[in-house]
Amino acid sequence: MVSVEKILEKHDFDIEGGNFNKAGTVSTRIKSILKHRQLPDEIVRRSAIVCYEAEINIVSYAKKGVISLTVIPDKIIIEANDEGPGIPNIELAMQQGYSTANQQIREMGFGAGMGLYNIKTYSDVFDITSEVNKGTFLKMAINLI
Amino acid sequence: MKLREVKEILDANVIVGEEKLDMEVKTAFGADLMSDVLAFAKAGSLLLTGLTNTQVIRIANVLDIAAIILVRGKKPPMEALELAKDLHIPILTTKYILFETAGRLYTRGIVGCLEKVEK
Ligand SMILES: Nc1ncnc2c1ncn2[C@@H]1O[C@H](COP(=O)(O)OP(=O)(O)O)[C@@H](O)[C@H]1O
Ligand SMILES: [Mg+2]
Repeated sequence: MVSVEKILEKHDFDIEGGNFNKAGTVSTRIKSILKHRQLPDEIVRRSAIVCYEAEINIVSYAKKGVISLTVIPDKIIIEANDEGPGIPNIELAMQQGYSTANQQIREMGFGAGMGLYNIKTYSDVFDITSEVNKGTFLKMAINLI
Repeated sequence: MKLREVKEILDANVIVGEEKLDMEVKTAFGADLMSDVLAFAKAGSLLLTGLTNTQVIRIANVLDIAAIILVRGKKPPMEALELAKDLHIPILTTKYILFETAGRLYTRGIVGCLEKVEK
């Protein structure tokens, strides 16, 4: 656990499943928070990508969720926890091209099955666990040093 | 080249970001599949697309896209336009199709932000 005195930034954001009008707003917010901290552009960009993919997945597949941002001196931690159907086969879901996205999601330009793979690529530490009919829990860290 | 020149080459209308036409751009990525834009587009690139929903604007913000070029004469809905203004992301619209848009820019020196994918 991160000791309290080391926390530079901590925010929790609620995400509504199925609400595509609001999808992405949390990532935009988190990006602006990180930018204000004057972190390097590439670090901010990677954090925003990771956050956006996680946010879109919650909106696309889950009932509701929370994305939390924690900044400590040596890393950015983004956690995305949702209540939803969960992922029965994580290994399969992680593969590029695997997607169960419906027509509505595809019409918006998503559902290529690149999201989780992309999250893994852009984070330094990526941890995913899921319980069917309960939810999915992602933890991503991006190193600052 | 400057965004101003991109506008001229594509005979484009600037819907958002008239004040940013002096920005320099060198690379571009074109796709209607936003999942692939997220996976492959690089910071500072132009995004050529026919999709106009608000997610395109959010993605451009996430990725530090220099400007969005809407092809095939697509017009963004009001919410997308307002969001682009808020996030200071220029939007240009051109009547050229994606292939022509890319070709015209390429012959004038804009290159892909990557040549091909790894596998
Ligand atoms: N939060 C989630 N809850 C339930 N299922 C998920 C969640 N995130 C991802 N998945 C499942 O994993 C698949 C792959 O996800 P992803 O790699 O983001 O690609 P895409 O969203 O384009 O399908 C999804 O199609 C879905 O079946
Ligand atoms: Mg996804």
